[in-house]
Amino acid sequence: MLGRTLREVSAALKQGQVTPTELCQRCLSLIKKTKFLNAYITVSEEVALKQAAESEKRYKKGHSLGDLDGIPVAVKDNFSTAGIETTCASNMLKGYVPPYNATVVQKLLDQGALLMGKTNLDEFAMGSGSTDGIFGPVKNPWSYSKQYREKRKQKSHGENEDSNWLITGGSSGGSAAAVSAFTCFAALGSDTGGSTRNPAAHCGVVGLKPSYGLVSRHGLIPLVNSMDVPGILTRCVDDAAIVLGILAGHDPKDSTTIQDPVKPFALPTLTDVSKLCIGIPKEYLTPELSSEVQSLWSKAANLFESEGAKVIEVSLPHTSYSIVCYHVLCTSEVASNMARFDGLEYGHRCDIDVSTEAMYAATRREGFNDVVRGRILSGNFFLLKENYENYFVKAQKVRRLIARDFVNVFNSGVDVLLTPTTLSEAIPHTEFIREDNRTRSAQDDLFTQAVNMAGLPAVSVPMALSSQGLPVGLQFIGRAFCDQQLLTVAKWFEKRVQFPVIQLQELMDDCSSIFENEKLASVSLK
Amino acid sequence: MATPVLRWCCLGRRCVFAGIGGGSRRGRGVPTGSTSSEKRGQSSVAQQPLITAQKPRKGEREWAAVVGLEIHAQIASNSKLFSGSQVDFAAPPNSLVSFFDASLPGTLPVLNRRCVEAAVMTGLALDCHINRRSLFDRKHYFYADLPAGYQITQQRLPIAVNGRLAYSICVGKRRSQMVTRTAGVKQIQLEQDSGKSLHDSLRSQTLIDLNRAGVGLLEVVLEPDMSCGEEAAAAVRELQLILQALGTSQANMAEGQLRVDANISVHHPGEPLGIRTEVKNLNSARFLAKAIDCEIQRQISELENGGKILNETRSFDYKLGCTVPMRDKEGKQDYRFMPEPNLPPLLLYDSRSLPIGTDPQQVIDIDRIRERLPELPRVTREKLVQQYGMLPEHSFALLNEVGLLEFFQNVIKETRAEPKKVTSWVLNTLLGFLKQQNLAVSESPVTPSALAELLDLLDRKAISSSAAKQVFEELWRSKGKTPAQMVAEKKLELMQDAEALEQLCRSTLEAHPQVVTDVKKGNPRAINKLIGLVRRATLGRADPTAIKEVLERQLSS
Repeated sequence: MLGRTLREVSAALKQGQVTPTELCQRCLSLIKKTKFLNAYITVSEEVALKQAAESEKRYKKGHSLGDLDGIPVAVKDNFSTAGIETTCASNMLKGYVPPYNATVVQKLLDQGALLMGKTNLDEFAMGSGSTDGIFGPVKNPWSYSKQYREKRKQKSHGENEDSNWLITGGSSGGSAAAVSAFTCFAALGSDTGGSTRNPAAHCGVVGLKPSYGLVSRHGLIPLVNSMDVPGILTRCVDDAAIVLGILAGHDPKDSTTIQDPVKPFALPTLTDVSKLCIGIPKEYLTPELSSEVQSLWSKAANLFESEGAKVIEVSLPHTSYSIVCYHVLCTSEVASNMARFDGLEYGHRCDIDVSTEAMYAATRREGFNDVVRGRILSGNFFLLKENYENYFVKAQKVRRLIARDFVNVFNSGVDVLLTPTTLSEAIPHTEFIREDNRTRSAQDDLFTQAVNMAGLPAVSVPMALSSQGLPVGLQFIGRAFCDQQLLTVAKWFEKRVQFPVIQLQELMDDCSSIFENEKLASVSLK
Repeated sequence: MATPVLRWCCLGRRCVFAGIGGGSRRGRGVPTGSTSSEKRGQSSVAQQPLITAQKPRKGEREWAAVVGLEIHAQIASNSKLFSGSQVDFAAPPNSLVSFFDASLPGTLPVLNRRCVEAAVMTGLALDCHINRRSLFDRKHYFYADLPAGYQITQQRLPIAVNGRLAYSICVGKRRSQMVTRTAGVKQIQLEQDSGKSLHDSLRSQTLIDLNRAGVGLLEVVLEPDMSCGEEAAAAVRELQLILQALGTSQANMAEGQLRVDANISVHHPGEPLGIRTEVKNLNSARFLAKAIDCEIQRQISELENGGKILNETRSFDYKLGCTVPMRDKEGKQDYRFMPEPNLPPLLLYDSRSLPIGTDPQQVIDIDRIRERLPELPRVTREKLVQQYGMLPEHSFALLNEVGLLEFFQNVIKETRAEPKKVTSWVLNTLLGFLKQQNLAVSESPVTPSALAELLDLLDRKAISSSAAKQVFEELWRSKGKTPAQMVAEKKLELMQDAEALEQLCRSTLEAHPQVVTDVKKGNPRAINKLIGLVRRATLGRADPTAIKEVLERQLSS
């Protein structure tokens, strides 16, 4: 049951094959079993069971609230959840219990979803590995998969397997791991430069970054307001569409959401791709790209072409400036957004009380890690009167050029762009931490980051396993607010590639009872 | 004024404006000090009067002062600029604080329509250009009562620009002449108010009240077109009246709804502007002019003694009667301005640009606000002058007191007395009594109807004006009685018996032969003495003109 997709389990709930409470308990039990993954910061067991009981009552009365009623979900710990600690994996917010729900969280709860807990991340979502939070790194469930272990055995060098676990990518690594390890059916991430798509690719799940302005950011603790979007992590594209249908729409509490009404939608099944034009941006073929990912990318392009789609090479000439431009804009907004953490109204406060200024300084030094403090420092530098024109304003101009690149390509008739999501498959933690957070973020956001500059929708879909037995995801980028079209193409692709299901039997030996008499793999996830 | 006055002076009656029509005109749009590198707008009509109270002694040169103002007016609105919290001056501390006001992470600003309308209306009233597109910015500084660490304001592209504020001041020997001056309105911007810090020095702690945090403010920036405290005070007063007439701000200085910062510099005419200082928090109407003049005085003394003016922020210490540097704002502040990313550009429309089919709740139509503009104080005053032949200064006085104009108009409605008489009674007698007892117009024991009736009696010559004063005093003391009752009670009717008056005049002439001789010698004042004597004999109940008539007839016969 846990291996099913959201849509399947929703059908099972409706048919009474399983009750919300049973489902909830199974997930809770699996969360405990997989605790070592460190995917969750807070497990909201009591809340989830209470919600499950209420959901069960509704099912018994025969009026469930919809597709999400009774479905276990997880939420990244940078979304405000009423009554549930929200830490951003930072000392600054350790112990902070918000009095309100983020709009997206509220929407999930209004649909009867069960909140299993808050997932791990890089501190304040600043990172690409889910390794830099105060609660420690998230471990990629694929590290423990049969697929990966078998490959490793073949070329076993006698390394200590346990110390060689893989990173999930990030910053929404906890959410990606939670979905990948079957502890929930959908999870919320956030995506500022690729933070949803990157871990989705590394964990073999679908990661959707909706168009900027389609989904409310109210209650999402910001990284870069002008680029942040709540992300959706699921096991298949259809599930992402279901969740997006529920989350999308105008929120009076977020003035940057679009006013046009958005209706929930079911994705059509595309049978004919001959009218599609797929663009392959040539700038994305970088030397850093692993040959394996590159070849899968070509294979995907060929797949479209062989089915009759028009596949053309396109140019996004300003791509190479994206990372440096992002660095300026991101750190500037970070410097501004982090100014509120002064220890006065909420969050950490130091013991020093010589003066207000001394209290601020010590509170912020104790509360933020080096990455956050580093970004605040650079951001404030870029915003100084004498630097503003040379850095911030220039970066904004470059941002416009980057956005225009995409507009030009889409105006030329391209429907969807196809690119890699990451340079390579997930790498071991020991290897990842050889470089610092800044270097890693710059490398890992390469393919995902420009999309945020332009506010476009993009989705990472797992395609195949690498030679090491690890998932590789590819990214589709769509026109602004054409999220549905984007997902339709992604769904077609997903069906064609038949990405294998993660095999975690060994890991879950103890929970064999849970999986007994159940096909772990669902129809669409063979 | 006890302060030693150098050659500069602009206080009280000694204020002399020598620049009018002279060669030293400068356009507005000149910054108040040389530290400002901004280039400002076109030149205009405003004059830069020189202050030359006394003729400079040989070898000494005149000084000119330049004053610009930044005025913060709290917008009269039920809720705050970006949150739904109520606005209430007197609420218990921290009782009106939304999650956004406390800057809880993840909260976002949502612009209050009412505040935008207030800004547009104020902009229109001040002849501003209303920007169809304006932007919000973050201004960063760490302060305990600024929870987000930044204030949302409109630094780059404010909602209204390039307006003018006409105000009047009294000039002339007896300060009886009103002169209208104009200060340019550089811009009007919407911004958030901060909270309040309460310093408890005893326990060395600071308490924060966030009720005010996030309340909508209109920052009105006046060009440095003023040259002394009196002008600045008059401009602020006029702005206050306009805001109150519009209802966009209660603009009560005592409640902090109107706060003024002044940029001040001095220079020798014809030379570049001096370094400016900023005097912050001029929050009392009483001290506004004084504080500015003191700062001008200080700068002149400083320069004359070979000192330098620092580009600094100062505050007015009303106990010491001088400005002092502000300690907490020491050092250069870099506000690290940045566009507010959570608020899209604020778009305004007019009837021509309004997109078809838009929900009127979602857009603001400038033309509709223009239609709703109430009469401005300037127009009200002009009407008073035209309609009642009133002196301009009287029209100012009528508008200067809350409710006084309404009182006046109610009296006018009910009485047959001349408007001039009504004006005089309202401005001299009524206002005098109110001021003496520190009462508001609404608290006056004498109602408009009672005053109207009293003035009718006077108009009919039923009572003399001195009797009328007496009746007024009685009315003031004992409510509930009508003037007619009072006149009857006190027997204050004017003497109508002509024969009795003849008799009284005759006996007065007989009793004072010396004065009669004086009259006959041609001393014009002597007759007045006689009139006074007769009036006293009638207990003030006879009309002086009637007495004069009778006396003159009897003297010449």
